Amino acid sequence: MADNMTSGLEKTGAEQALAQGFAAARPRLPGADGVDALRARAFGTFEQKGLPHRRVEDWKYTDLRALMREALPMAPLPDKDALARAQAVLAPHALGNARRIVLVDGALAPQLSDLDSPERGLSLRPLAAVLASRDAPVGALMAQPDEAVDPLLSLNTALMTDGIVIDVAENARIARPVHLVHVASGGEPAAMYTRSLVRLAAGAHLTLVEQFVAGAADVAYQVNDALVMELGAGARLDHSRLMEDDMAAINVSTLAVKLGDNAHLATFNLTSGASVSRYQAFIRFEGSGANVETNGVNLLKGSQHGDTSMFLDHAVPGCSSREVFRAVLDGRARSVFQGRIVVRPDAQKTDARMMTRAILLTDEAESDSKPELEIYADDVACSHGSTSGALDQGLLFYLRARGLPEPEAQAMLIQAFVGETIEAIADDVVREAALQAAARYLTARRT
Amino acid sequence: MPAVDETVARVKRVDVDQYRYGFETAIESEKAPKGLSEDIVRFISAKKNEPEWMLEWRLEAYRRWLTMPEPSWAKVSYPKIDYQDLYYYAAPKQKKSLSSLDEVDPEILKTYEKLGIPLREQELLAGVERPEGATRVAVDAVFDSVSVATTFKEELKKAGVIFMPISEALREHPDLVRKYLGTVVPVTDNFFATLNSAVFSDGSFVYVPPGVRCPMELSTYFRINEKNTGQFERTLIIADKGAYVSYLEGCTAPQRDENQLHAAVVELVALEGAEIKYSTVQNWYPGDKDGKGGIYNFVTKRGDCRGAHSKISWTQVETGSAITWKYPSCILRGDHSRGEFYSIAISNGHQQVDSGTKMIHLGKNTSSRIISKGIAAGQSQSTYRGLVSAHRKATNARNFTACDSLLIGHTCGAHTVPYIESKNSSATFEHEATTSKISDDMLFYCVQRGLSEEEAVALVVNGFVRDVLQQLPMEFAVEAQKLIAISLEGSVG
Repeated sequence: MADNMTSGLEKTGAEQALAQGFAAARPRLPGADGVDALRARAFGTFEQKGLPHRRVEDWKYTDLRALMREALPMAPLPDKDALARAQAVLAPHALGNARRIVLVDGALAPQLSDLDSPERGLSLRPLAAVLASRDAPVGALMAQPDEAVDPLLSLNTALMTDGIVIDVAENARIARPVHLVHVASGGEPAAMYTRSLVRLAAGAHLTLVEQFVAGAADVAYQVNDALVMELGAGARLDHSRLMEDDMAAINVSTLAVKLGDNAHLATFNLTSGASVSRYQAFIRFEGSGANVETNGVNLLKGSQHGDTSMFLDHAVPGCSSREVFRAVLDGRARSVFQGRIVVRPDAQKTDARMMTRAILLTDEAESDSKPELEIYADDVACSHGSTSGALDQGLLFYLRARGLPEPEAQAMLIQAFVGETIEAIADDVVREAALQAAARYLTARRT
Repeated sequence: MPAVDETVARVKRVDVDQYRYGFETAIESEKAPKGLSEDIVRFISAKKNEPEWMLEWRLEAYRRWLTMPEPSWAKVSYPKIDYQDLYYYAAPKQKKSLSSLDEVDPEILKTYEKLGIPLREQELLAGVERPEGATRVAVDAVFDSVSVATTFKEELKKAGVIFMPISEALREHPDLVRKYLGTVVPVTDNFFATLNSAVFSDGSFVYVPPGVRCPMELSTYFRINEKNTGQFERTLIIADKGAYVSYLEGCTAPQRDENQLHAAVVELVALEGAEIKYSTVQNWYPGDKDGKGGIYNFVTKRGDCRGAHSKISWTQVETGSAITWKYPSCILRGDHSRGEFYSIAISNGHQQVDSGTKMIHLGKNTSSRIISKGIAAGQSQSTYRGLVSAHRKATNARNFTACDSLLIGHTCGAHTVPYIESKNSSATFEHEATTSKISDDMLFYCVQRGLSEEEAVALVVNGFVRDVLQQLPMEFAVEAQKLIAISLEGSVG
């Protein structure tokens, strides 16, 4: 249905630019013949659907057709200046002893990355090299979700340039977190298309932190990132994502996960950057007993638009999921939360819960939430809750009465409000980094 | 234990997929030719002796409808409807205009008797003496496309309440109808409402003057009898300043193998300080156990709390129809206005329900409450779809929503699709939803105390829906409770 409607629409300037950009970039994009065919197919899928707009149900609140007026050209490989700018911005975002991997303008930067002497059982390979190799794991990279599910993911498949392929061997427990930093160096306005793959064999453990930062202020850029995860039986992945892109950026990121028997995924996302952003997760339970905890927080101000959309597919029995989402909205910001939980006919004994709450600090802010349940099995316990409102006046008064100025009292309440999601992060250093990201929002808000 | 005896007797009376109201009335009727065209629209308008502006209104709707696509976003699936293969007008043949109920075809009267709807006031009055203050119900009976009888007209007239078929109101009170018709559900609102605007044949019109509390419950009873006939009724209720009215709606249809279309529009207008309570027990034929036949129920219902301190309350018990597509809504325009939605949707067999509400907060200090209970059994699919939104100026808007679903069996589905949009920081919205099955503990407890499993299920379900049943007027609550037991027949085991 969506296709019919789209086909009736004229191509936007951005869509035309993307078509030209793809045609021009195609000969230079990494990958053997099979990959090229895949790119062509994916771009065809994207072209057929076009940029999603409000008539496309899953993008109802994020009308990208209207929000993304132009498509920027693909970023060139980073030169010396770009790398220098990137390096400068990395220092304040250092993360304890974490192993850092840096992508600058959509290309892996080995000079800035720590790829040497990985622990036993850990394999790190640049995506560009993997795509170019004969035995590119195309299937794994694309497996889930079906590429046709989302037009922006199709676009990513067509244009992906680089990223990291992480494999963790059976029962390997990697203690040192992997810190994947996406830097937009801020030379010329440009777009970057990155994709990474994380595969954990049975019983493997990994902590992964993703971060999005800019090397210069006020230079427009567009990020389209995809992260594909595959968790084997009993594997555990702790994943955190801090998106602090520049206010001149558009960031659309996709997380696609497949979980095996008794696998465990704890994932946290904080969005405080970018003028327009969408973080969409497709999580599919394929093994029984698997468990997912997702926590998210949108901290927005000015005229930011932040969309977090989680699609959980309980395809097998006996799995559980917990989703907690918070939004704090200042200025004219707009936060979108969509959460869909599907329980397939055989997925008995599913336990799925979702809670979303938003605080509006001004009357110009807007919160849209769509927590959906789609349930085809009877022996399940599923629930969702959603609230929105202002900061509790009673609590504010209490703090003011004790001598705290209004901004500080507000900040304290906001910290407590989002704290619930951040506290869930297992790794101390990562949790501290998330708290700092939240603190940066509160500081920026006050100035 | 009389309660148990009664239940057992009731179970015996109603076999698994037997629909109590599935009989057909053999009666001669007058129909417009099959299909839809401008001529049919003119035919309907002429039949009703409508003023010229009304015909223009209908034609405009018809032309607009031709350009609209049929909506496909709801979670229901059905074969494409051939809109040219329907009769858009069917009326029981009658000699001339009726002066009293005695002239109504006895077959029709019998039909309503069989349905338990009293059309003879004297019978009602001769009935058991009711205690002071007990409610009597005035009925407008709509048979296929026309209204056949309206009771208690005189008594209502004394109170100043206008209650008559909308076709009559168009002739007798054209100014009132013209002032309000289409102001809540515009002609171009949606595919089915636009179709209704073009071809609606009858329905009820209610006007309660300022400060009047309507002395009795008003009720419409819809009956589709003819084959291949679409029913398109239109209800318009206006409660003027400070008025109060409670309105009940019931509907049934004969058991047929083919699907029938019902596309109604209901518009409510509550002016300052007025209150409208609208209750529906929807029991259209749901189709047989294999999903054959049944009514397609595509209904647009909307209330406009136009004045300050006004209140509109929707209560619905949905047990019938093969497909339900229905979202009774409230536009909370007046400051301090209030909207309520209480719903029980029960689906069994191959029924598909996509229903919910919209609460649109525009005024200051508006509040709304949504309680929705969905029960899915058999191979049915039940979806709650609702919107709660607060406009920028809706300071202190307040909403509470609870939608719970109960699944009986593992071949049915229950879905929740709420949209919550807040554009005002002082708007406080709370939404909660759960889905579960009847707990084994509860069933075991009941069965252990001597109830059969079916009775136990009915008991638990009745407890589950109690919040909503309490909102129904007395007469309906009893009926609804029975309906719930009947609808779930065959769902256990």
